[in-house]
This record gives sequence, structure tokens and C-alpha cells, in this order.
Amino acid sequence: MPEDIPADSVGLVEPQTIHFDQPLQLSCGQILNEYDLVIETYGELNAQMSNGILICHALSGHHHAAGYHSMEDRKPGWWDNFIGPGKPLDTDQFFIVSLNNLGGCHGSTGPTSINPETGKCYGSDFPMVTVEDWVESQARLADHLGIKQWAAVVGGSLGGMQTLYWSMAHPERLRHAVVIASASKLSAQNIAFNEVARQAIRSDENFRDGQYLEQGTLPKSGLGLARMVGHITYLSDDAMGQKFGRELKNEEFSFDYGVQFQIESYLRYQAENFSGNFDANTYLLMTRALDYFDPARKFNDDLSEALSSASANFLLVSFTTDWRFSPERSREIVDALLEAGKQVSYLEVDAPQGHDAFLMNIPRYVNAVAGYMKRIAAECKEASA
Amino acid sequence: MSKRVDFAIISDWIDQGSHILDLACGDGTLLSNLQKEKQVRGYGLDINPQNIQNCIERGVNVLEQNIDQGLGNFGDQSFDTVIMTQALQALQYPHLALDEMLRVGRECIVTFPNFGHWRCRWHLATKGRMPVSKFMPYTWYDTPNIHFCTFKDFEDLCRQKKLKIINRMVTDGLNRGGWRTHLLPNLMGEVAIYHLTRGE
Repeated sequence: MPEDIPADSVGLVEPQTIHFDQPLQLSCGQILNEYDLVIETYGELNAQMSNGILICHALSGHHHAAGYHSMEDRKPGWWDNFIGPGKPLDTDQFFIVSLNNLGGCHGSTGPTSINPETGKCYGSDFPMVTVEDWVESQARLADHLGIKQWAAVVGGSLGGMQTLYWSMAHPERLRHAVVIASASKLSAQNIAFNEVARQAIRSDENFRDGQYLEQGTLPKSGLGLARMVGHITYLSDDAMGQKFGRELKNEEFSFDYGVQFQIESYLRYQAENFSGNFDANTYLLMTRALDYFDPARKFNDDLSEALSSASANFLLVSFTTDWRFSPERSREIVDALLEAGKQVSYLEVDAPQGHDAFLMNIPRYVNAVAGYMKRIAAECKEASA
Repeated sequence: MSKRVDFAIISDWIDQGSHILDLACGDGTLLSNLQKEKQVRGYGLDINPQNIQNCIERGVNVLEQNIDQGLGNFGDQSFDTVIMTQALQALQYPHLALDEMLRVGRECIVTFPNFGHWRCRWHLATKGRMPVSKFMPYTWYDTPNIHFCTFKDFEDLCRQKKLKIINRMVTDGLNRGGWRTHLLPNLMGEVAIYHLTRGE
């Protein structure tokens, strides 16, 4: 709980729900006739409407990126260390928009919403959505907000994929693309981890073919297990070793399968916490969206061809110990951008935290994003002068 | 405009609107100047975090990439000019770097310190020790400069590789080279600037 709101916080924020009644054609062939998107905004849109920044969230993210919902909140939004007055994504300079993607479970239309056609929860009947669909829905959100062109679209991991797709699908609608710890497609190993997570959920007897909400159950152990697998892959061996080592919960072995090591206790805590706050169908859907993303596929696997339409300036950042979205994956994007003759800067930040690094206060990373955003802020000012 | 005289000379040799790759681009001053004066497009490569940060703040495209590991990610002849200032002597394989520069670029511009400068010779001759100066301030065991050469050595390499010298300039570090550097470049010149292309 924040006793006082810190001076560099956006403070108390309130989510808004925006209803869209223009049908959205999805990649899977289905149509969403109407849907809601929950968003939060921080900072002020300038008169030219040129200082908008869109934040795209990762697998388990949502619209609450910064500030507090109430004075009783234990923690601020998930990227509060980056968003606020004077922070890298400076709310004194920018109008920052953060949303919960379609299919999410934090208020935007998704598996936990009521299907207007049946009056029941969608559950597993919610259509599968893709990165492309999200970007389309985000473009409609931009229309709704009156933003013709974002100063920047910013995202890490799965959010970076949305950012990348924005640059290809709507080149005229963003001036900068900041793609952090991301990839233009998942590797086989990555898809394999996602499949283990999905199997954990789907084989939970409480999953009930995805209609658990209707049947009053929750596949908590499956979702928890899925999160455990995810968590292991988000940390580096070093980071885990440093944080937990072989530390025991009690001094002696108890010769059973209860929690013995600190790492077990941590994983179980994360599993318990997550499975109480996240929807299993959403988790399935988001991991599938990750698997499917491969914009080069339509261009004979030529990523630079796929990026040829892009006109944004790119900043890419990767982290040395990130093995889930390794530096190689970022360099593939950089090389494709070079081949296509695009404007790009690339940073490989030495950090021990693994994939999780993209959410953390790593000075070099923070400074680079801050430095890049300052240039963008200056451009916005020059253009409006 | 930078005070560095080699930058001013390089700028003279760059065409308006060129596509430029700057290897070991440092804090991005040269590329930033060239963007303003010559409307060039392009990228800088560096591995020093502070340099990379400075480039970002200047609005220069910068890629964190080690030149010693090659330029394999750049296509043949994809740049008009590839520039490398004061880094040749710090590379693992300067001769291979030159090959790579002229593979990805039509022309290249290289600058490097002259180990044949009279002060170096004087230092070595009178003190019997590796030259340490304001210009080359490192001790032999922790210097990043591992491949020193003289102008004569460099020109030998160019001949061996059949490279064509479009232009060359020798400076004494402060000026565009007075009569002394013209008369006795290998003795009086502190910094060489070579503009090269592949020979026919």
C-alpha cells in the first residue's frame, strides 16, 4: 500500500471501458460483432494529437501499467518503473495508452465475458485471437481516441510482436517502434514450452473442456503448473541460482514431497497467486497467439520483405541471459530491418535476470529507452512549434 | 561542426545523401554531423555502452555489434561509403576488416594513428620504450591498440590487396597538415586518412 503516492507516480488512475460495435473480422474466420476494450491513459494528449504512445502488453499483462487504483493497492501497475512524470515513458511529455487485449481476463471482452448470443460465459467458445487481430482492435482504439499517428508503439515480449506488426500493417500510423526482448516468431523450443503449459491446463479435471466457469469449477492446479513452467523459462539459471540457490525451507530434509527447497516454495507461491487471478482460457489463447505469430510466413519466410512496408524508426533491445527471447531473435529482426534499409538502433544489454529483465530497472536499459523517448518528445515539440 | 580535423576532411569526401556505415562510431558525432551537413542515411556500429547511449541521444542509428566478428549481416555493396575512424589499430584482424568494408561498401574511409611519426620514433630510439603520448596514452599491456602500423605499412597492404587510393590526407592532429606533413608524411603525420576503393 502506498502511504503517500510517490512524486514520480502517475498517481491514482481509473480504467475506462470502451465499447466497439463495428464487427471485427478475426484471423480465425470468426467475427466478433461487438466487444469492449478496457484501457488506462496517463498524461495529456497535446493539441496536435501527436504525442500518443501505445503500450502493448505481454502474455499475462493488462491495461493497468502504471499508478494505483486505490490507496489500498499493494503494488502499482506492471510497468510503473517506466511510466510516470520524469520516467523513461514520461507522462509530462506523452499521452500513454495501455489496454487489455481482446481475449484477456481483466475486463476486455474475452473468455470470461458473457456471450451476447447465449447469455452465458464464452469460456472456450471465445474465438481464437491473434497478434494481427489485436493490432486491428488497437487501431480502432486509436481511431476512437482521435490518434491518427502514434509517436511510438512500445512493447516487450508478446507486446514487441504487436509493435512489430503495427509497423508492417499500419506504417503510416506510428513514427517509432520500440521492440523489447521479442522475436519475429517463436522457436520450436518456445512452442514446446507453451504446449506443456497448455497440456497442464487442459488435462486438469476441473478444466471441463474450457467451460469451467459455467460448471462452477476452476482448473487452478493446471493453470498454476502452466505458470510454473513459464516462470522457469523467464529466469536465467544464474538469476535463479542467485535468488534461491539450494536454500532449504527448513534445516533438515523431511524425506517427502512437500516443499523442501526455497525455489519450490517460490514456484508454488507464484502458481497459487497466478491461478487465482488469471483465466485459464485466456492463458491458452495468449500462448497460441504467441505460437502463431510469424509475419514473414506470407512473404516466403522473408522477414525483410515482410518489413518492407514499414516506415517507423525502430529501437530494439535484448538481454544477454534471456533464453526465452534470446538476443539472436532480436538480431534476426535487426538484420531484416537492415536488409530492408530501415532506420534502426539495437542494444544488447548485459543483464543476469533472463527474460524478466525487460520489466526491470536495469540502468543501461532504462537510460537507453529514456534517451530514445527524449528524442521523440523533442520531435513532437519541433513539429508543433 | 566538430573540432576534429579528420571529421572535417571526411565530410568533404562524402557525397550528399549517401548511405553510410560508420564502424566503431564512438559517440556518434561524425554521423550526426554528416546527417546535418550531407543528409546522409546510415548506421553506426559500436560496442561501448556509453557510446551507444550517446548515439541514441543524438538521434544516430546505432547497432551494438562487434566488428571483429565480421559484417556478415550486411549485404554486398549495400553502402556508398564505410567509415572507420581510429579503430583499425584496435581490431583483431585489420586486413580482414578492410576486405569486409569494401565488400559491403563501394568505398571506404579509414583513419589511423601513424606509428612512424617522429615522436614515436624518438621515444623508442632515445628511451628504448614503447611510445606513450597524449595521443596514444596507453601502456603496452593494457592498450586497446594491438595492431600499430606506419603509413608505409598501410600502403603496402593496400598494394597487396590491389586497393585503389582515391584520396589520402595526413594531419598532425590539429591541422590539415602543413608543408612538413606533405613533404615527409610518414615522419611528420600523426593521423592518416585514406579514401579507398577496389582497384579495377
